Amino acid sequence: MIYKQKVGCKLENLKTLRDFIRESLGRHGVHELHISEIVLALDEMCSNLMIHAHHCNPLDLFELHITVENGKPIVFEIIDDGTVFDINKFDEPALGNLVHDKRKGGLGIRLVKSIMDKIEYIQRDGATVCRLEKLVRKAVA
Amino acid sequence: MIHIKRLQEDGADVMALVGEIDASSSIDLDLAIAKSVGEGFTKLLIDCSALEYISSAGLGVFMSYIEEFREKSIQMVLFGMNEKVANTFQILGLNELLKIAADKAEAKKMLA
Repeated sequence: MIYKQKVGCKLENLKTLRDFIRESLGRHGVHELHISEIVLALDEMCSNLMIHAHHCNPLDLFELHITVENGKPIVFEIIDDGTVFDINKFDEPALGNLVHDKRKGGLGIRLVKSIMDKIEYIQRDGATVCRLEKLVRKAVA
Repeated sequence: MIHIKRLQEDGADVMALVGEIDASSSIDLDLAIAKSVGEGFTKLLIDCSALEYISSAGLGVFMSYIEEFREKSIQMVLFGMNEKVANTFQILGLNELLKIAADKAEAKKMLA
């Protein structure tokens, strides 16, 4: 089963995305706590994309696809027009350093990497696809 | 979308967070805490019982005050988190760096 949602790069649209993720995964028996972690990671990825790659231009669109198949990791694809914000290229800052420096940012990358099993970037049909995987028990397609 | 309700109890500023805190609304939390500190409060109780969601942007706001509050001897205790919100703090280990209580009574006891 594949679920698709297209949104403009406006931070206020993050709630729509979170609701879409919750609703899609909720249909497959995914435990609520797992859903909330996945929502957290994707919220982070999408807000990074909106802010850093598109400067919150509401006219710029990207797509989120969720693929659920029996016995396989759930695949999340964030499909963009080619602008890359590759979190694999960013180091995870130590929590102690962030606190000491009174920083507000820097937590997100750590969060995504600790929640998702795999994060990779691929090119497909002229678009950049950020592909994230998460193996969740009891996910039924 | 987040609504922040403030009231004062026993010299503490009690801030109730209602709704969801994400990248679009974390600024409201930041401004509310800054306002409270600016007004001279040294005891902050953050009521999370109606907080449905917090993203890393919201966690970052709390994190950014840890050092300042330590320097200025300002106490902040969060309380009433639901399981999912509590889990978010735990994933990053922020539960070790912030004071978190089960309910308001326990939170008040944690204020020295």
